[in-house]
Amino acid sequence: MTDTLTSREDTHELLRFATAGSVDDGKSTLIGRLLFDSKSLFDDQWDAVEAVSAGRGDEYTDLALLTDGLRSEREQGITIDVAYRYFATPERKFIIADTPGHIQYTRNMVTGASTADLALILVDARKGLVEQSRRHAFLCSLLRVPHMVLCVNKMDLVDYDEAVFKRIENEFKAFATKLEVPDLTVVPISALKGDNVVHRSEHMPWFQGPSLLHHLEKVHIASDRNLVDVRFPVQHVIRPHSSDNHDYRGYAGQIASGVMKPGDEVMVLPSGFTSRIASIETADGPLDEAFPPLSVTVRLEDELDVSRGDMLCRPGNQPRVSQDIEAMVCWMDEARPLRLRGKYAIKHTTSDARAVVKDVQYQLDVNTLHRDESANELKLNEIGRVTLRTTKPLLCDDYRRNRATGGFIIIDESDNRTVGAGIIV
Amino acid sequence: MSDYRISHTAALEAEAIFIFREVAATCQRPVLLFSGGKDSIVMLHLAQKAFAPAPVPFPVMHVDTGQNFAEVIDYRDRRVAETGVQLIVASVQDAIDRGMVTEPPDGTRNRIQTPVLLEAAEKYQFDALFGGARRDEEKARAKERVFSFRDDFGQWDPKNQRPELWNLYNGRVHPGEQIRVFPLSNWTELDVWRYIGTEAIPLPEVYFASEREVVDRGGMLYAVNEFVQVRDGEEVFKETVRYRTVGDANLTAGVRSGATTIEEIIAEVESSRITERGATRGDDKTSEAAMEDRKREGYF
Repeated sequence: MTDTLTSREDTHELLRFATAGSVDDGKSTLIGRLLFDSKSLFDDQWDAVEAVSAGRGDEYTDLALLTDGLRSEREQGITIDVAYRYFATPERKFIIADTPGHIQYTRNMVTGASTADLALILVDARKGLVEQSRRHAFLCSLLRVPHMVLCVNKMDLVDYDEAVFKRIENEFKAFATKLEVPDLTVVPISALKGDNVVHRSEHMPWFQGPSLLHHLEKVHIASDRNLVDVRFPVQHVIRPHSSDNHDYRGYAGQIASGVMKPGDEVMVLPSGFTSRIASIETADGPLDEAFPPLSVTVRLEDELDVSRGDMLCRPGNQPRVSQDIEAMVCWMDEARPLRLRGKYAIKHTTSDARAVVKDVQYQLDVNTLHRDESANELKLNEIGRVTLRTTKPLLCDDYRRNRATGGFIIIDESDNRTVGAGIIV
Repeated sequence: MSDYRISHTAALEAEAIFIFREVAATCQRPVLLFSGGKDSIVMLHLAQKAFAPAPVPFPVMHVDTGQNFAEVIDYRDRRVAETGVQLIVASVQDAIDRGMVTEPPDGTRNRIQTPVLLEAAEKYQFDALFGGARRDEEKARAKERVFSFRDDFGQWDPKNQRPELWNLYNGRVHPGEQIRVFPLSNWTELDVWRYIGTEAIPLPEVYFASEREVVDRGGMLYAVNEFVQVRDGEEVFKETVRYRTVGDANLTAGVRSGATTIEEIIAEVESSRITERGATRGDDKTSEAAMEDRKREGYF
């Protein structure tokens, strides 16, 4: 299963994208259209949605019912949680993390964006940029989603007017320059009428760019991964204890970044001992090289003491080893805020530690980007810059350089809930 | 390997293997729920690959309703013997005999599996249960986490799920609580079939088309067997069918099909216009939120 793309019959590449926007922006209609036009929507799903919609007396079939899966969501007509949707075209397979847009669901937006290759932000052409659009763009840039697409929707309701589109595009681009958005594409669409969603629109000859789906199929994501810094967090030590494999000792894990090859010199952190890679193994046989996101088993030439939470890297390219962590934290707990001097468990790569909050430097208003330096706690859905001291050193990189070694979660030890997400800066 | 790209199937496999290893490394007593259905078959295959050359470091458990297809039980026992993994059977019949659960008047045992599952989990003190559920199956499942927390009563609270970021899964529980783990969360039905094809994983015979005596109930074709008795006024006829999912023999309908190989099944799945649960499962038809309700109670 570790063959390359080109040598396999099944040549689909995987693209994960997060959608942000509210029902009013036409997000559900857009997702419904992508599913429908790619034949990923099944007849019985459609029939069920149609029946519920008709039963409620809706004037048209409400595509939001497709994605709003929980009883309370359908009852209240709102999206509460991230829903995952899947569709495929001959070019690619797509995983959509459909996230609710309202501010009280910032944590869900952050969750959906954490694994996304691309973020799709919707605005209503009649309304232009609103507070919510800016917040979505900011969160996606904070989470370092490599590609961003702004869909200016409901172009049919503004007579497909180029001037309306240009105004919104320019305003958004001006805002995006203040953020870190590596790749931005802006597409005028009508999700309801289908303009520029799957096929290029006849109504907007002034728009020279590709349709949304064409862009999703073609956007170059292979370079998004960090193939430079070798980081291999050891997940599990494989020791068969059988007569056939008496001395076998392999370090199992998923490659976070970089390219590893047999013969490479590696350093084990935090011990600092060095060895060479004897082999990189999978159940299908050894590999000549391994890269993210492959799950492999690495064997070393020397007998070293290596366990879960340790990290393999190259001696000349090491992560930071530090107990003092500066991070942007998104707080996700309804019950209790993050507090100064609060103690929490954290999970970072395959490593568990405890941490104390030494300082809350500021709380950030995600709408205005204003910094409130008087804050000394973070409540649900608030984001702020925090200094932590950990019980043991974290083997980390700046999140900006490495999403896999720069992110961590915060766990409340009293009830084991995940209460926050941290981005190392 | 020049461009460092992998196919989406390889990416899904790498993700599933990561999840298996994460549970083995962080949970005290994991178990894999194994029914002999195709998703659990793929799970066991992935578990073997995750720990090779070591054996799978946890047992498998079958919640046996006693209403299974005979071919599936044969397959289960064969597969367990091949892998050398320990099999635990939690018997619904036994629970009925003990008076722990009561069989519903209609004879369906789908819903009474849940207390049997929870009892076995408590008896063996399992803190992590691998399930083969996929998010594309059903809309309540589309919202569920890969690591899904269950309280002391085995209940799922969909409005109070742990946020799940990056690949940092939180498997921490107090004694008596559990995590249900779904390594196939991001797989679709087609992904599962393609993977079975590329990995050449053997399946129980019921997945392939053969001629069976069936009755038509509300447009669904149920094979006549010891669990599906012909009712008054029903007409028995012969039809070539296969099963897209395999649940209880009295609740799972076949679909008309001539597919006798994995390649033919893949071709059919690619052109299908109906979801696999919609086409085949009587147990999901109860209400709009049938699956959500069962999951809240502690169902798979």
